[in-house]
Amino acid sequence: MANDEPANHGSARSRDGPLAVQSRLAPTEFRLPGLDCAFTRLLGPLPMHRAQVTRAQWRAACSVVRSLGGRLVTIWGIDRRTSAGHFAVAVAYALNSGLVWLDLPLTDDDPTSYPDLTATFACAGRLQRAVADLSGLNASGAADARPWLRHAAWPEDYFPLRREPSGRERFEALDESYPFVTVTGDGVHEIAVGPVHAGIIEPGHFRFSVVGERVLRLEQRLGYTHKGIEKRLEGMSLAQGARLAARVSGDSTVAYSWAYCCATETLCATEAPLRAQWLRAMALERERIANHLGDLGALGNDAAFAFGLAQFWRLREAWQRRSAELVGHRLMMDWIVPGGVASDLAPQALHIASEDCQALEAQVRLLESIYDAHAGVQDRFVGTGRVDAQLARQLNLTGMAARASGVGTDLRADFASIPYEALQVRKVQANEGDVAARVAVRFGEIYESLRLIRKLAQELPAGPTMADLPVPQSRGCAAGWVEAWRGEVLVTIELDERGLIARAHCHDPSWQNWPALEHAVIDNIVPDFPLINKSFNLSYSGQDL
Amino acid sequence: MPWRMLRPIVRVGILTEPPPQPLAPQSPAGGKDEAEQRAIREEFMSIFGPALAIRQVDPGTCNGCGLEMHALNNLYYNIEGLGIKFVVGPRHADLLLVTGPVSAHMDTALRRTYEAMPAPKLVVAVGECGCNGGVFGESYASRGRVADLLPVDVEVRGCPPAPGTG
Repeated sequence: MANDEPANHGSARSRDGPLAVQSRLAPTEFRLPGLDCAFTRLLGPLPMHRAQVTRAQWRAACSVVRSLGGRLVTIWGIDRRTSAGHFAVAVAYALNSGLVWLDLPLTDDDPTSYPDLTATFACAGRLQRAVADLSGLNASGAADARPWLRHAAWPEDYFPLRREPSGRERFEALDESYPFVTVTGDGVHEIAVGPVHAGIIEPGHFRFSVVGERVLRLEQRLGYTHKGIEKRLEGMSLAQGARLAARVSGDSTVAYSWAYCCATETLCATEAPLRAQWLRAMALERERIANHLGDLGALGNDAAFAFGLAQFWRLREAWQRRSAELVGHRLMMDWIVPGGVASDLAPQALHIASEDCQALEAQVRLLESIYDAHAGVQDRFVGTGRVDAQLARQLNLTGMAARASGVGTDLRADFASIPYEALQVRKVQANEGDVAARVAVRFGEIYESLRLIRKLAQELPAGPTMADLPVPQSRGCAAGWVEAWRGEVLVTIELDERGLIARAHCHDPSWQNWPALEHAVIDNIVPDFPLINKSFNLSYSGQDL
Repeated sequence: MPWRMLRPIVRVGILTEPPPQPLAPQSPAGGKDEAEQRAIREEFMSIFGPALAIRQVDPGTCNGCGLEMHALNNLYYNIEGLGIKFVVGPRHADLLLVTGPVSAHMDTALRRTYEAMPAPKLVVAVGECGCNGGVFGESYASRGRVADLLPVDVEVRGCPPAPGTG
């Protein structure tokens, strides 16, 4: 986000109890400059606005957002033929003033295509290809029309997110050939890696074009873990969907649960009690620390420093065991539930959670000083896999990786939301955009999250941890937007007239950051790829859905 | 510098915990069957016990199981200390460990991995999804449980199973 637009620091959530859904969707004064459309406010902890646009406005809004320094978050297709007689495509942008959700009904004589956004936002490319694969809606004029999430496991004319398929159809997997971009020239050869990798890693395919050791080009092929999450969510009740949403990406289960619950609670015209919101933040920060610990160890290992792996993974193990003691699950899965959190923490548990932070900080600081002083490790980290600020902006890089490239967005710090407004989150940033910068940001974020956990534990408000959750019986739409350890997670939900999920879309920050990895490895040597890859540590499952 | 590294090593000491004990034989009646089973078990352990090579394939998890597989290598479980090693290819693997439901897109790659392993070979399905499809179930994109594709010898339940579950 650019700094030329004033940030909205008003807390979005009303605090005077549940309101009627109607007034929650009241028109607001929110405007996009030069765009004549009426926005409604979507309630939730963060400022979010939604509007219906025409094709012309769809294009114009894209340019306006770009000129305001905003980012494209996600694009998804919706089959509204039953309720409204047409398909629709939606886009979410992030601005300094909050999230903007634009809805384009495809009503006229071109019922299955919409204007391409890749000329303005490169990251729209893969998202649009996924919309074409799953919903059969095409971005007209897009240069790259290759399938993205569909390989050869289902036919070209089968669109799972349309209303006709039940999603239970089964097809024979066929062999396929994907037209990778080829690089030719003297001494150029290809290295094909995956989908099964040489380690405990999720599946994906990487096609390197190299000269000797030097990488000229990397092309990723993802979608191997596509398991039809969004189709499966269709027709579920909000309560049923929670477990599935928690498993979009296991390493970010807390963030997905929280985002899903934000949307759910808005649809149920309720909100989680204050104490539950503070406890959710504690879990989110615990998740951030667990992932950073694991990755810092793996990064040491990839730089041939096994000591780092051993030390950081013992810290991670102790941390995960404590999570199991506190909330009953090592990854804290299913603890955040619609309405609040599944169990409360006793004063003794809060004391332990807070004491842990002090001990962990001392140990991590010692390990950081060892990493910093180790010539071999620094030689591998510094200057490797660089993404500069300009490229980061161009690609809409998000989250931790963006902050390491000098592009500082962090929903926890940029918007006033409960409980983060009371904590004054310090954004951790670096400018170099290399592996060393991402390592530095991870260290800094561990310290900051430890501070936040201590404060959350010490100042936790008293009260209940679960709110009553009226079951919605009508249409509605809502979104949840959370800063996960990797970057922003967005969950949008539309309910049908029975109050069941008509369409739910889950967005992982990996969508934006995977293409940046293709750029980061250019001109690096092949053996540095695992190191660069791990410094981002992107989710396959989260983007494949 | 070496001193600074030694400090955490010495302070932490040895964290490795004793491994879980093997389950008692589950044969209902004693006699010949039980003796035979015990003999097979002993022979198996004498061959594979101190040197089991595992090829792990994730054909579509949420990545939760993978995190816990990684944890098996940490100092607490120290699975390599038991002679059990995750290996990077199928050709020298004794056991195929499959986490997650099998996505339709990974169907072929998973079968090929199994075929590339030398016999005799074992298959272990890990996690709710691997055992019964879990929250993802069966769909146009998910084949569900591993046993529908490969001969599964052992199933380890849990979402994800904590390290040390068995």
